[in-house]
Amino acid sequence: MVDATINNGNKSDGLLTDDGQSLKAKLALATRRNKTKAFLLVAPLLFFIVITFVWPIGVMLYRSVNSPQFTNAFSSTAVVIKDWDGQGLPSEEVFTAFVADMVQARKDRTIGKAGTRINYELPGTRSLFTGTARKAKKLEAPFKESLIAVNEKWANPEIWAAVKRLSSRYTLSFYLASLDLKYDKSGEIVTQPEDRQIYVTLFLRTFWISGLVMLFTILLGYPVAYLLSVLPLRTSNLLMIMVLLPFWTSLLVRTTAWIALLQREGIINDVLVFIGVISDENRIQMIYNQAGTIIAMTHILLPFMVLPLFSVMKTIPPSYMRAARSLGATQFTAYTRVYMPLTLPGIGAGSVLVFILSVGYYITPALVGGRTGTLISNVIAGHMQQSLNWGLAAALGALLLASVLVLYWFYNKIVGVDNMKFG
Amino acid sequence: MSDTQSMGDPFVRFEKVQKSYDGEILVVKDLNLDIAKGEFLTMLGPSGSGKTTCLMMLAGFETATHGQIYLGKDPINDVPPHKRGIGMVFQNYALFPHMTVAENLAFPLEVRNMSKNDIETKVKRALDMVELGIFGNRMPAQLSGGQQQRVAVARALVFEPDLILMDEPLGALDKQLREQMQYEIKHIHERLGVTVVYVTHDQAEALTMSDRIAVFNDGVIQQLSSPSDLYERPQNSFVAQFIGENNKLSGKIKAVSGDVCTIELDGGGGTVEALAINIGAKGEQTTLSLRPERIEINPDKGSVPNTLKGKIEELIYLGDHVRTRMSVSGNSDFIVKVPNTHGHKLLKEGETAIVGWMTEDCRALDSLPST
Repeated sequence: MVDATINNGNKSDGLLTDDGQSLKAKLALATRRNKTKAFLLVAPLLFFIVITFVWPIGVMLYRSVNSPQFTNAFSSTAVVIKDWDGQGLPSEEVFTAFVADMVQARKDRTIGKAGTRINYELPGTRSLFTGTARKAKKLEAPFKESLIAVNEKWANPEIWAAVKRLSSRYTLSFYLASLDLKYDKSGEIVTQPEDRQIYVTLFLRTFWISGLVMLFTILLGYPVAYLLSVLPLRTSNLLMIMVLLPFWTSLLVRTTAWIALLQREGIINDVLVFIGVISDENRIQMIYNQAGTIIAMTHILLPFMVLPLFSVMKTIPPSYMRAARSLGATQFTAYTRVYMPLTLPGIGAGSVLVFILSVGYYITPALVGGRTGTLISNVIAGHMQQSLNWGLAAALGALLLASVLVLYWFYNKIVGVDNMKFG
Repeated sequence: MSDTQSMGDPFVRFEKVQKSYDGEILVVKDLNLDIAKGEFLTMLGPSGSGKTTCLMMLAGFETATHGQIYLGKDPINDVPPHKRGIGMVFQNYALFPHMTVAENLAFPLEVRNMSKNDIETKVKRALDMVELGIFGNRMPAQLSGGQQQRVAVARALVFEPDLILMDEPLGALDKQLREQMQYEIKHIHERLGVTVVYVTHDQAEALTMSDRIAVFNDGVIQQLSSPSDLYERPQNSFVAQFIGENNKLSGKIKAVSGDVCTIELDGGGGTVEALAINIGAKGEQTTLSLRPERIEINPDKGSVPNTLKGKIEELIYLGDHVRTRMSVSGNSDFIVKVPNTHGHKLLKEGETAIVGWMTEDCRALDSLPST
């Protein structure tokens, strides 16, 4: 004991055990077994998450800045065009390399991909590339003049500016496109012409609709959660099943059920016409627009609001309300000053859940959204499946992810994540 | 209940109050109770005896199925809780967890639209009263159980109500703190002169604090009297059994003459005399109640009128006294407290001894089904 005390005083690396080893090292040794065990227990899930979540997101982020299709096909052009100052047309050296690359690319069948890629930068250039490539083999020096002879568009410096931009494997152009911006021919960032601005509007609409859905789920879910929390257990269990029942029904079924209800020849319009509220010609358009998206999404996401609210409300003892009443507060004051503030963690958790889920909602807006009710995720899917512009899809997705993270950060600043209860 | 009638105008009055939750069982049966101004009245009883229901009816959180409750001279059955002006301390304090201590205390004043200055002075005074002056900015969760308890009391008092209800307020505290808080609440009551209705199932708490105790069982007040009367003069077997330690012996009434009756014990112990308090006619069963500290072991001959033979089963040394378990007249759980005085009698387990008592200390009450 005396030794230990002396050691303790002399050594700076902390307490020592009887046999002179550092206590920290001993402790680490003793807990290592448990730590290993804990790690092995979570290892399968960790592995699964890395494979199915971390890796795809990494790939997506990489794709949003990586664009190798053009440099793969025009590798020697990419090297020599770097010296071009962007004034007038590039030198003959660039044209020579370009034609050689074009011949090779046609042989390797990579000309199509390269043409598609440059088409994103400069719409209408794909056919110029594929068309010229067919004749490239027969071209003779000087290549500048012979190329322009094939198609006078080759005399347009904008095309060469685009080729120079694409000579790097990494690009921000997908992100610019996602924000309705682009490079002009001198390489400056400018806004897209008005008729091509779509994504910013879509982002704003997505956040607006998500916010509305969040608000409606709070308005509709709060009373339900309150009722659930005060009813006797047997009744509240029954009600809870009714809240959860939509959860267990296929999303598709629920969405199509709304179509049956809301469409022009649907049940609600039929009833309204039948009781004479509206005339047959003036049936209300409730679906295939924003209203349809909001109604269907509110219904589908309601349980995500009710459950966290319920789990918070259940923990609020009735004595708080009674105390407030006995202290002289009316039912209303007791409710707003004591009960509501105590349910804030539930409102917070439900709002974050509903908002984040709606921001990425896809199937429902696709089915009932029509033109005005489409969300950003529908466009992302379109770029994945139809236009096959994965780079743009990835950039849009990354922006969506980033904006959700920013909103979450704000939420944490204002409400505090520690105050949030998911149940 | 002659003392309640001499009270003049009662401050709180329960008149023929009945309460049923399901329409089949009466939780409170025909309750009549008058509480004087400034009185500390405790409702004591086992759980399910109806005492908390009575308190909740008084606070306004339950409505009486039948009968009327008066506060002052006004019937209050239809008055909502927030207009009754009754302070209440809840079992788990019910301090609002999202407000600081000072905000908790300010709450009843704010809802009464008091001015900021008034609120500040009153909150400060209330906090000083419970010696928590420096804790105003803490959250309730940062306080110990005892401190939370004091805040709850201060909050119930801060708007100066004439009546305070307390629903087992000390139930969550440990023994030592509970005893300390009992005195503090008692002193606050004496200092402010408010009327307190206090609910508990802890008889020691009731005996320490109350002016009068109403013992509840089965929805009925079994006895309403001062703590000393309750202990020394129980009116029925339930009260005798519920308050303090009690020895019971069952027997048959042989004769009654004035205050005193003669009982033949069932266990074959013989015949003894007891005060006739709550008995039937000759020949009926009765239960005798005897406090353990009023029984003498091996008394001097002729010093006590009633003696029985018993066998010493167990001796438990408790410092100030020796707890002696005996078997007397068929009751093997007959407790005698032998004080640890200088030169007290030395007893051994298994010995036979004589137990004796004065007739005034033995009360013949209603017959209990033998357990």
